[in-house]
Amino acid sequence: MNGIFSKRRSRLLAMKALRSSYVPPEQIIACPKCGAESTRREVSGNLSVCPQCGYHWPLGGYHRLSIILDSGTFRELNPKLPPADPLSFPGYRAKLQEVNRKTGLSEAVVAATGSIHGKKCVVAVLDSRFIMGSMSAAVGEVVASAVEYAGRVRLPLIIFSASGGARMQEGILSLMQMAKTSAALARFGEKKLLYISVLTDPTTGGVTASFASLGDIILAEPGALIGFAGPRVIEQTIGETLPEGFQRAEFLMEHGFVDRVVHRHQLRASLGQLLLLHERGG
Amino acid sequence: MAETLTAAQRVIIARHPKRPNINDYINALFPQFFAMCGDRLCGEDKAILGGVALFHGQPVTVIGTQKGKTLEENLKCNFGMPNPEGYRKALRLMKQAEKFDRPVITLIDTSGAYPGMQAEEHGQGEAIARNLYEMSRLTVPVISVITGEGNSGGALALGVANRVLMLENAVYAILSPEGFATILWKDASRHEEACQLMKMTAPELKQLGIIDEIVPEPVGGAHLAPEIVFRELDRSIAAQLAQLNRHRGSALAADRYQKFRRMGMASKKEEP
Repeated sequence: MNGIFSKRRSRLLAMKALRSSYVPPEQIIACPKCGAESTRREVSGNLSVCPQCGYHWPLGGYHRLSIILDSGTFRELNPKLPPADPLSFPGYRAKLQEVNRKTGLSEAVVAATGSIHGKKCVVAVLDSRFIMGSMSAAVGEVVASAVEYAGRVRLPLIIFSASGGARMQEGILSLMQMAKTSAALARFGEKKLLYISVLTDPTTGGVTASFASLGDIILAEPGALIGFAGPRVIEQTIGETLPEGFQRAEFLMEHGFVDRVVHRHQLRASLGQLLLLHERGG
Repeated sequence: MAETLTAAQRVIIARHPKRPNINDYINALFPQFFAMCGDRLCGEDKAILGGVALFHGQPVTVIGTQKGKTLEENLKCNFGMPNPEGYRKALRLMKQAEKFDRPVITLIDTSGAYPGMQAEEHGQGEAIARNLYEMSRLTVPVISVITGEGNSGGALALGVANRVLMLENAVYAILSPEGFATILWKDASRHEEACQLMKMTAPELKQLGIIDEIVPEPVGGAHLAPEIVFRELDRSIAAQLAQLNRHRGSALAADRYQKFRRMGMASKKEEP
């Protein structure tokens, strides 16, 4: 019985993952970084990494889960979502519907339980196709609920961040999600449970200034843009052009804010290793 | 009277150069103030002022953003835009308050955390995140007052409190209306329109359950009769603190957790 359900679950995730691919639909794809052309098959067979230069395309939430979790272990967590459009912001409801139609997502985050190398964990993934992965009340609620759930069932927690920052249309309520998610992690931390934060391209604004920066261990994908203020805002403030590599994952590691920059090909193995190292007897 | 002010008008009052600032509030409300400096890691940030003082005879830790009034002061304080060193100093003082079991009172007036190169190199995002994390679990009473502008994570980093008070003409928002208009419409000149939509005024935020109490200002703004605001603020803090002083330790942390945990979930609070 269990086998059937697990197969069904893995097929369901594979289908959702297909829809959440970032790589453009054309058969021949040019890498936005080096310009090298590859076939679609080459790119997707390489976990959406450019075979020439190693550029990492962003991944949709379900796609990320499908390459990180052991096959057949995915179970989505579906907490009750807060009411949409809390400030009755002009045009926002229509925008939410449009993005929902395009991506099939109801919000910019997916949370699930699953296993990595046989180790159970709770994983939340932000999806930047949904209004830049911006922090809405719903994103804050899904993240905080996932943290609380992981605390209740005493499982390690992994969050993949990808966000342009605040959800402008939710104003102050977006801001408050920073406090909500950070407070949830403080409680989680008091239970002496493991939280691994994985920073992917781009992680900025309120997400950087809350849960993304609070991991016991912080990993980042190569080349990911990571910062509080966006590069354009900084350039306007200081009146200078920023140097090459500023706010990239490797830069953050040099400055002491990331434990390791991990190539997507090694990410699953690294996470499996960290979960193993934090396993307690029994 | 004040009810008729638009959000854009309140922004102008909140930014008025003669509006009382943190030094005025400390002089008026917090005798025996002893300022502390430095984050004990690498720097001292004048955009954050903090120290110990008495409030109605009780030792309290007072921390807030500092803009300065003259241009020379503005420059020294980086116009009230803190760097990571400032947030880490604030956190140091909060932990110190916890050690000596005294309440924390924060005074917030900032256009936001400083978006500079060095701020990024020193981990602006991490510093703010760490403050949110640690503030949420402090075991002493925490009261925050938005006195002028409270913008972005740079304001919230001092604002995870059991009670959040707001002066009548202060504004509290995800970012400045100019920044909001730039991001949403790529046109900073539409800031007045942004003010209308952002729900940044004290009455709007009270209704949304983001703040707990509005501290009245004289007609036209606090700068026209500061002593009225000092008296009202003193009374409000005293009343809130008297309530919070009855609780200690984990109950205060739990109260703060529940307060922020609900934000965004609950439907709008009923009108008082």
